[in-house]
This record gives sequence, C-alpha cells and structure tokens, in this order.
Amino acid sequence: MSELASLNDNQYLTFILERELFALNIVSVREVLELTNITNVPRTPEFIRGVINLRGRAVPVVDLRMKFGMGRTERTVNTCIIIVEVVLDGEAAVLGALADSVQEVYEMEASQIEAAPKMGARIKTEFIRGMGKCGEQFIIILDINKVFSAEELAVVFDPGAGQGAVEPQEAQLNA
Amino acid sequence: MGGLFRAADGAIHGEEAMPGDDIHRQAFREEADELLTELEASLLELEAQPDNAELINKVFRAMHTLKGSGAMFGFDDIAVFTHDVETVFDRVRNGEIGISKKLLDLTLASCDHVKWLLEDPDLGASPKMNKGPELLEGFRAFLPALVVEDASEAVFALEDTGDGVEDRGGNIYRIRFRPDPMIFSFGGNPVHFLEDLMALGPCKTFAHLDKVPRLSDIEPASCYVWWDVLLHTSAPREEIQDIFTFIEDQCELHIDLVAKRDELEDAVTYKKLGEILVERADIAPEDLEAALSRQKRLGDILTEAGLVTKKQVESALAEQQAAKEVQAKAAPAATAPTTSSIRIAADKLDFLVDLVGELVIVQAQIKQAVVQSGDSFMMSLSEQLERLSDDLRDSTLGIRMLPIGATFSKYRRLVRDLSAELGKEIELVTSGEETELDKTVIERLGDPLVHLLRNSIDHGVELPADREAAGKPRCGVVTLSAEHSGGEVIIRISDDGAGMNPERIKAKAVERGLIAADAELTNKEIFNLIFLPGFSTAEKVTSVSGRGVGMDVVKRGIDLLRGSVEIDSSPNKGSVISIRLPLTLVIINGLQVMVGDEYYVAPLSIVEECVGLSRNGGREGDQSQIINLRGESVPFIRLRDWFEIPGTPPRIEQIVITRVEGMRVGLVVDHVIGEHQTVIKGLGRIFRDVEGLSGATIKGDGTMALILDVPGLLRAISEASAA
Repeated sequence: MSELASLNDNQYLTFILERELFALNIVSVREVLELTNITNVPRTPEFIRGVINLRGRAVPVVDLRMKFGMGRTERTVNTCIIIVEVVLDGEAAVLGALADSVQEVYEMEASQIEAAPKMGARIKTEFIRGMGKCGEQFIIILDINKVFSAEELAVVFDPGAGQGAVEPQEAQLNA
Repeated sequence: MGGLFRAADGAIHGEEAMPGDDIHRQAFREEADELLTELEASLLELEAQPDNAELINKVFRAMHTLKGSGAMFGFDDIAVFTHDVETVFDRVRNGEIGISKKLLDLTLASCDHVKWLLEDPDLGASPKMNKGPELLEGFRAFLPALVVEDASEAVFALEDTGDGVEDRGGNIYRIRFRPDPMIFSFGGNPVHFLEDLMALGPCKTFAHLDKVPRLSDIEPASCYVWWDVLLHTSAPREEIQDIFTFIEDQCELHIDLVAKRDELEDAVTYKKLGEILVERADIAPEDLEAALSRQKRLGDILTEAGLVTKKQVESALAEQQAAKEVQAKAAPAATAPTTSSIRIAADKLDFLVDLVGELVIVQAQIKQAVVQSGDSFMMSLSEQLERLSDDLRDSTLGIRMLPIGATFSKYRRLVRDLSAELGKEIELVTSGEETELDKTVIERLGDPLVHLLRNSIDHGVELPADREAAGKPRCGVVTLSAEHSGGEVIIRISDDGAGMNPERIKAKAVERGLIAADAELTNKEIFNLIFLPGFSTAEKVTSVSGRGVGMDVVKRGIDLLRGSVEIDSSPNKGSVISIRLPLTLVIINGLQVMVGDEYYVAPLSIVEECVGLSRNGGREGDQSQIINLRGESVPFIRLRDWFEIPGTPPRIEQIVITRVEGMRVGLVVDHVIGEHQTVIKGLGRIFRDVEGLSGATIKGDGTMALILDVPGLLRAISEASAA
C-alpha cells in the first residue's frame, strides 16, 4: 500500500476533534472503523483507552482529544477509530486513534501548506507537520509518527510511586 | 516430479509440484544439516571413547551418505571432498588408523567446510575462503600410501565389493571354481574370470590355498589355488555359466543357487554351518554328527579334525552371513520398529496452528450461543465439537513442541572450541534434555543461550592455574538444565567459576550513570544491572564478549518470548542464570473472570480452586489480606483495587486460589465466568511494560479480554508495597 500511496502523498484524511479540523496523510491511514467496545487495559495512562479486536489482533486505541488536553472523547454515533500505521522503535506498529467524526479525503498540494506556527497552537508544535486550509477553515496536519512516538506513548511506571500513580512523560500537554 | 519422493537416506520429503531441482537441493541441504549435526555429536563423543566401533561406524556412514546424496543432488564439491574423508575413516573402521585429537580436529574442521560448501556450492565465488585443499592435505597425511583402486588386488583379499549384500533383489550363488593346474598354459587367467564374476554383482571371494605346495616345490606355471565365490546377483544362471565357457573343460565348476531371495525372506534362519559344509561335500554327514556331539564350535572342531580347512569354514560362514544380511534387508519391519518421520515446511505448521487458533475461537462462540439457546440437541453437538477441537488443539500444539536436548547438544562443540581457544578446561553438563518447548521458543532462545554460555566460559570460569590456586579442580563445570515448573519452563546456566563481584558491578553502574551513587540495592538487583544496555565490566574486550552489547540483547530476546531472566552469584563459587519462559505462545486453557465491566482470563494451569468471599472485614484500598483456607493462611489481592476499576463490588466476591512459584495466592474478582479456550494474542510493544498482563484474547462475543500474568502481578505488587 505504501508504494501506491506515495504517488498520492498530497491526500489527507480530515477529521474533527472537538470542533477543530485535523488531517492525516493517508499514507499512514489503514482504515476507519466505527467505535466498538474498547477493552480497557488497567494501569495505563488515561489517554490510552485500551485495545480492540481488529481481525484477530489486539490493537491499542489512543484518545487523541485527551492527549491534546481537550478532554475525554464522548461516544456519539459519529465517533470513529482511525487505524494508522506508524514506525515505532524501528518497527511498523498498528494503532487506533479516536476521532469525534471523520470528514473527507482532501487533496492539498505542498504549496498550499504553510509551516506550523511557532506558538499559539493548542498542541505541541512538533506534532504539527503544517497548516492547510479548506475554504475559510484551517486544517492542522498532524505528523502521526511524532504523535505516536515511543516517548509519547511510553507506559512507564515508577516503582516507588506506589499504586495508581502513573504519570506519562508528556503530561505537559495538559495546559 | 512432484508429490513425495524418497531421498538417499530413506526420508520421505513431501512437497508440492515445483519446477526445477531447487527443491531437491533444498531438501538435501536440510538433510545435510541434520547429518552434520549428528556427525559433530558423534565426533565429540569419539573424543571421550576413541575405541567405540559403533561411533566410528556412525561417522563413516554419515560421510558416506553425504557423499552419495551430494553427488545425486549436484553438490559435486561436497561429494569429492567427503570421498577423501570417508576413505580415511574407512581405514579407521578397519583398525588401520586410530582416533587421535588431530584427526578429530581435522574432521570437525571438515564439517565446517562442508557447511560452507552447502551455502556456496559455487566455489569460484570466494576461493580464498576455500579450506578444502588444506584439509585434504591433512587427511592424506593419515594415509600410509596413496589409495589405488586396483581390482585385481581385491581378488586375493577378503573384501566386499560394496556395503555388504545390497538389496538388489537377486539371488545368491555359490560358485566353486577349481581350475586345472595347467590352466595358464591354456591361456586362461583365473583372475579375469573372477573379475567377470564381480561385474555381475557384489562378491565375497575365498581363495583356498590348501593345495599350494612348499616353496621349493612350486611350479610357477601352475595354478594351485581354487576359489569359492559367493555372488549376489539378479543375473540369470546362464550368464554366470557363460563366463566360464572357454575354460569349461579345464576346470571343475560348480554353480549352486544357494538361496533364492524369497526363500531367504521366508526362512527364519538360513542353513546351519554344518548343513552348508555337507552340501558342499566338504565333509561327510557322519563326520558332522560326530563333531556335533562335542561341545566346541562346529567350525573349529571340523578344522582341528582335519576334515575341512579353515578357509572352507570361513567361506561357509560367510555364506550364512550373506544370507542373514539379505534377510535383514528384506524384512526391516521385523526388526526394531523405526519411527518414520516426515519433514514439512515450518510455515505450513504455523499456518495450521493459526487455523486451529481461529477454530478454537469460533468453537467458543458457538458454545456460548448454544448455551444461551438452551437447545439440548445443539448442546450435545457443541460438546462433541468442543472435545474434538480440544484434541485437535492439543495435538497440533504438540507438534510444535520439541525436546530442548537437541539444542543442548549443539553447544558441546561451542564449549569445546571456546575453552580450547581460551586455554581453559571446561566440562559441559546437561540435564533435562527431554524437556519440551515450543519450536519457536527454542529457535529464539538459541542466540541468548549462546551468549550466556560464552559469558560463563569467558568471564565466569577461571584459567586452570587460577582455579588450582583457589583450591578448585582444574576443570570447570558449566551446567545447562531445563525443567517444567507450573506453567513455565525454567532454563538454568550455572558455572562454578569466579562469580560476580557486587561492588565492582555497582561501581561500574554508577560510573555509567545507570544508578545513583547512593542507591540502595540488594545483591540480586545489583547483579541484574548487567542487563542494562551499555554495561560491561570486562577488563578487556575479547573476540567473544566484553563489548557490552550482549546482555541487554539477551534480555531483549527473552522479553520478546514473554519470559524473564535473573542472575544470582557468589564470589568464588560461581553464578546461576535462570531464564523463565511460558510454555506456549499460542493457546492455553483459561479461567474467565469478571471485575466490574472488565473481563480477564487467568491461566487454568495455575488455578487450584475458587472460593466465595463476603465483603465484611475488607478494608477499602488495602492491597493484600489473608484468608483462612482450611487451616492454611492464603494471602489474596483485590484485582479491582490493583487495576483501579471503578464501581462497587458485589456483596459476595470470588477468590480464585492460584499456585504460583510454590506459593498459594488468591485473586479477588466479582464473578468467575468459566473455562475459556484462550488463544493468546500479544498486546503489542506499547503495553510491553505493563505488569500483570501477559496478553489478550478474543471472547465469544468478539471483544477482547486481558490475560493475567499472575507471577508478574505478584512481583509488581510486592515491589509497590515495599517502596
């Protein structure tokens, strides 16, 4: 799939997180699923909602809203799981990301994309690959490999902290 | 050619029809690999028992098979090379050359060379690496003279023209050839006739010299020798007779069909020696009876009595032997039952296991649906289905289980070579070779084990002189053991070497910034620091170890197998490395439980019983408590608390009593659902460090349940409460 998709690397899947429009390059997107029951994995950071059964495999699901400090994703009829493929520690890994709703695949040339703003964005600038535009609205194009990097997803426990005190390393997002 | 085919050693290879002969070459490679492994093992055993004829034979046969199959599948270099090695071992077999360390070293090096040839049959690719000529030189040094294949030599010696009587589907003829003494003047040379006989099939030839007079009386132009030839051939009698057509009148010729093949197959034993000699008119029946009435062996008696010559007896015995061999070859099933085996591609097996896994899941779903429907006919069908799929699951997983002994034997060579290289004396002791593990686990365990072994040999065991100075025996002992315990396999590598110095390790760790200078650690924790990346206390880097990239890779490898590794050590006494691995990566019997809205599965192998627990007397948030179970104090953990599951528990909860590492521990859950066929699915890298969970499984309704890793859970909880 990657070979074919690299011919169309100006195509982006747009989706909504709390009324803001985000986008992912479809190179990384495998499929979009309806929200199913997520099995919670205990003692993991809040933004890791758990795992789902994807054709026999356990796929972790991340709540992007929570990661970006926007509060927990609510279950609505439009809520979806976007299945993405990223490179994690040198290996391909499949993950799911919760989205309030998924919009459309939008084509944007490189010339239409501006650089990420240095500050003022709600989320860390290194997560943003660029800013696109759809009519009047800005689209925040995410770099999914940065969002789902090993450090960001680190599920590290401090043995001295006793029960329940689990702090993910990127807690600074909760602005 | 597709379908099944039989390779040179009788193994059946089943493959789909494919073009070209790649598939045969691949089959040969696999077979050769196995042969080489066996060969190495035999050679190493020979070192300890240089006179063991059986071992020598084994080595010879292996070389012989390699040569034959190599030629058949186009690996000519291997065929040519092994031919010379085989020749030397033939001499060893005959007792002409003895086993020496030099010979063994040379042969082991040859095994390596053959392995190299297997990978690169096109020698032109890297002629510099070709050790072949060098090795062959070494072997030729063992041969007293150049081996010249001279057919006429063979006539006068007791030699076989083959590996005993081959199963050629022929008959055995006894040809008694007594040429007239004047035969040379008639232009006949007996040697030619004997050669012609040999062309018809394998022969055992006996030259009778009883008529040869004393040296002073010999007439050079006369032939005093006569022969008995046992010929195994499928050629008809006429053809044998044709050979002697021209000298029919100048010799006494008897051609007797000693036994037809089918006769031999049916007969329980061939004729007795006495019968044979009487048949040949070598003795009279009365003489036979008289001799038999005494206690000595018949042949000796007759020879001593001057009734027959020793050669006649030998010749008759050989006939008997030849017949026995034909019988043995013709009826292999009558002897020890050999287990036939079949070689299949590993990914076919994996595919099969996956299918069985999926089947098990669907069967669980059917069961659930049927139970809900309450239809009794369907329920009995579902039960039958469950029994069948259980059996299928067990036997399929059983196929993947191999004894670890094969891996252990491979290490003997490593230990031998490495200790020689380092100038140390080390003995490898193994136990628990029959312990079975999943084939994938064994494969993935190979590299970590090798590294740990090397470590023990390089850093653990001291030089012989140092050992003596420390009051230890010169020869160090490295022990490899494997055993089942609970639902796990424990593999231990221990050495009686110098052990590890906790102070030095701690200092190094502080120096590398891996721990704080004032950190308080138990000895065990200190020893386990060496698994951290970048750590190495070796004073110098050897070719073997010391680069600091080994131990953390070992740990990684073992983590990937969902196992754990630990070191314990006493200075000057030695170290023990213990690796714990789950028994199987794939399907286990599980007990499904429910806590709040979440489902979990505990491996049934550790569950002993379930007991009800009422909520009074339990303090909120208290991690561990103890209950009194029939007089025994059993501690328990509330999963709800540890997993921070919201909601209130029911008034009566359940405790699942498990046995872990010799101890009984209870797990408090809301409900116990029941048995569940658990196909283990990995949780993925993200959850690798989550303690207490070893994977996930798919429930009957398609959603996932988490599998509990009870030992891990206990470790985590005890660490947390210790902090």
